Amino acid sequence: MTRSKGLVGRLVVGFTGACAFLSVAAVVWIMATIIWGGHTHLTWAFISQVPSEGMTEGGVFPAIVGTFFLVVIMSLVGVPVGTITAIYLSEYVGRQSKMAQVIRFAVNTLAGIPAIVFGLFGLGFFVQFSGNSLDKIFYHGALHWAQPNILWASLTMALLTLPVVIVSVEEAIKTVPQDLREASLALGATRWQTIRKVVLPGSMGGILTGAILAVSRGAGEVAPILFTGAAYFLPQLPHRFTDQFMELGYHVFIMTTQSTDVEKTLPIQYATTLVLLLLTFTLNFSAIALRARIRRRRVAA
Amino acid sequence: MAENENDLKITVRKLNLHYGPKHALHDVNIDIRANRVTALIGPSGCGKSTFLRTLNRMNDLIDSARIEGEVKVDGEDIYADGMDTVDLRKRVGMIFQRSNPFPKSIYENVAYGPRIHGMTNKAEMDALVEKSLRQAAIWDEVKDELNKSALALSGGQQQRLCIARALAVEPEVLLMDEPASALDPIATSKIEELIYELKERYTIVIVTHNMQQAARVSNDTAFFYMGRLVEFDATEKIFTKPKEKQTEDYITGRFG
Amino acid sequence: MPKKRTEKKTFRLGEFLIERCIQGVALISLLFICLIFVFVFREAFPLFTGQAKEPVAQADVGASETYGEEPGAALTVDHPELEQKQEPFKARHLLAKEWQPVSLNPKYGLLPLLWGSLKVTLVALLLAGPIGIFAALYTSSFAPRWAREGMKPVIEILAGFPSVVIGFFALVILASLLQRFFGFQYRLNAFTGGLAMAFAVIPIIYTVSEDALAAIPKTLTEASLALGATKWETALFVVLPAATPGIFAAVLLGFGRAFGETMIVLMATGNAAILTASLTDPVRTLSATIGAEMAEVVFGDIHYRVLFFIGALLFIISFGLNAIAEFFVRNRLMKRFKGI
Repeated sequence: MTRSKGLVGRLVVGFTGACAFLSVAAVVWIMATIIWGGHTHLTWAFISQVPSEGMTEGGVFPAIVGTFFLVVIMSLVGVPVGTITAIYLSEYVGRQSKMAQVIRFAVNTLAGIPAIVFGLFGLGFFVQFSGNSLDKIFYHGALHWAQPNILWASLTMALLTLPVVIVSVEEAIKTVPQDLREASLALGATRWQTIRKVVLPGSMGGILTGAILAVSRGAGEVAPILFTGAAYFLPQLPHRFTDQFMELGYHVFIMTTQSTDVEKTLPIQYATTLVLLLLTFTLNFSAIALRARIRRRRVAA
Repeated sequence: MAENENDLKITVRKLNLHYGPKHALHDVNIDIRANRVTALIGPSGCGKSTFLRTLNRMNDLIDSARIEGEVKVDGEDIYADGMDTVDLRKRVGMIFQRSNPFPKSIYENVAYGPRIHGMTNKAEMDALVEKSLRQAAIWDEVKDELNKSALALSGGQQQRLCIARALAVEPEVLLMDEPASALDPIATSKIEELIYELKERYTIVIVTHNMQQAARVSNDTAFFYMGRLVEFDATEKIFTKPKEKQTEDYITGRFG
Repeated sequence: MPKKRTEKKTFRLGEFLIERCIQGVALISLLFICLIFVFVFREAFPLFTGQAKEPVAQADVGASETYGEEPGAALTVDHPELEQKQEPFKARHLLAKEWQPVSLNPKYGLLPLLWGSLKVTLVALLLAGPIGIFAALYTSSFAPRWAREGMKPVIEILAGFPSVVIGFFALVILASLLQRFFGFQYRLNAFTGGLAMAFAVIPIIYTVSEDALAAIPKTLTEASLALGATKWETALFVVLPAATPGIFAAVLLGFGRAFGETMIVLMATGNAAILTASLTDPVRTLSATIGAEMAEVVFGDIHYRVLFFIGALLFIISFGLNAIAEFFVRNRLMKRFKGI
């Protein structure tokens, strides 16, 4: 009895341990494969050159720049909006108030909507509705804004990453001790003065974490920009909001599924994927490290 | 017991406070005199800290708190509709149980209050910071390291810094919520000396669970029990011949 | 009855404006949720009122209204002479068994797409569900400290992999490997796509389950151990059942992710809209259909509106799944332990 029990016990631990091992192995396997396949082709020339010969040669420079612009515009919009929403939720309305619950439900819903639906929304709201309205008002209907461009893609992505920012910032705001808020208020500070001078400085780490996670998510998602601004091939860099742009993830997708010669471009595909993977990995890793530090501080406080 | 109406700094009439369904303060009436130290004593949960926090409306921060009755500071009802909590808290400062300096430099901690109230002149600010730190009897210890983080100070120093921070706003009343409960005896006696000096200029209301402390530092003592003000009188009377049986039981250590 | 005092203050303009701004910005998330709902449905709605335009009506502006710049994207039908033969679009056409939007006689049957989505999701959940849940059980009940603290960041890294990276991996490595190993007729099929999807779903199921398992009060485990139960008996028969609502929520969220994910299925399932029972046939999912075809449709025609209708479906499904998951985590789990 006891022996069979011990055997079953070892089996249970062994089986669950194998599941855990499998999950970790998947990460290692994917990363190793892509690093192995892409590292030889990942040279400075690859990073700094424009694709050439019908995208069978050359580098991914425009896609890197496009991705960079995308996440910068996205962050400029999404991070402040997300931060302010988090401040409102944790400092202005009671945690249990109806308003907080409604907004929180909205944010959770936003977080669960598939990326492709954001793409549709970007197309319907930004490109069609906003774009057409702008064109009608400012250009007498001439086509300027009512087509996919980097601004609409960035705004769509900002919406997609909004929950990421809100959750991170809220978590960080919670680490600011209530004692300090009371100290500030007892000195006659207003609510906003307390937020600006005590709460926000104490939450900078969380805001940064949120921004990094959002950037990483934004750099990795492709579905929302499929029809809001990403371009198949554009040798010139975007320099206006109304320009389309190349993007790393979209480039991977295009190269693997629509390339004229998939076999020949395989090294390029690997290297492009590797660039994307390294980019998101670095971002995520720093966010995880940063968040771990904040959590430790909370435990210490 | 007030001989002179002008002496009264704070008057409280029929104050009731509820936290949700809990009735935390019952019909409290009290007159707190200016330039004296009033101690609030009583067992834990008797409502003494809650009462203290009604005097600068810190209970406003708690959603479920409902207050009725009247609290007047200098004859002005602080719960009246037009009352501004920001102005009130400028006049009625507060020291907390756990020292809570901001994670900023010593100088910035003291300058925080004046700065949010609009002081920008550097020389004026320097003078005010020094004056406040001197008043809080911590100047000599920190004068050479004003830019050091306040968190690097010892617990007792931190608490005196918090007092200096409160003084820098130039309040009239200081509310102290067990200011020495987390400190060692030496640091405690420093705080007590400080309270003794500060009463020259300020009206002080102090919550304490330590009866020797109440006896040492205060002029008047109020005994709270189960949300009610049981007895309020001159400290020596409370400690030598209390009128109420409950007060006597408490100060002789029979409960609490 | 004591009345509640309101915090009235001297009017401070700056403070007032800032508070309004903050409130306004916070309402943006709320507003956009509504807008997403409105705009996705608005574009799909004319399908049901019979106002959907035929491609020909837009033929003159066709080129400028086409999205994306795919070469060979000129798949738009433009056969005005055949226009008369087509019967007007009816909602019941969505229930047809064929999806052939780009043909002389377009068919907009969503069943093969829905079936495709379900197949991929099923495979993904069957793989990721047990792995994620048991891995979570391992970390919460058996793992040594170092393994527990190492697991979470690694899983977070997996969660952070862009879906195109997983798609690429599936397309280039996994597909050939599986084909060689199992002898699949088609390199890209529902199983391959589902397996790739499992990589994306494992982190969700793992994280949510882990949270649920970690929320089980220590007293419960200790009670079981004190009664002489072994560690594994406690884990399997006490901790795991107690966390069921949370684990159920984890599976629901995993379902939502798999059902709505686009890039992985677009790259790894073969994208053939066929209705077969086999898991090793290529499939085309709802989400992949939007991703693949939206760039090529003419703005405002039936095809465009049907794609938006699919988007609306995905929206409703994810919304429903989230609501149910939240209900289970919030209400059931909390009630069980807090006795509210």
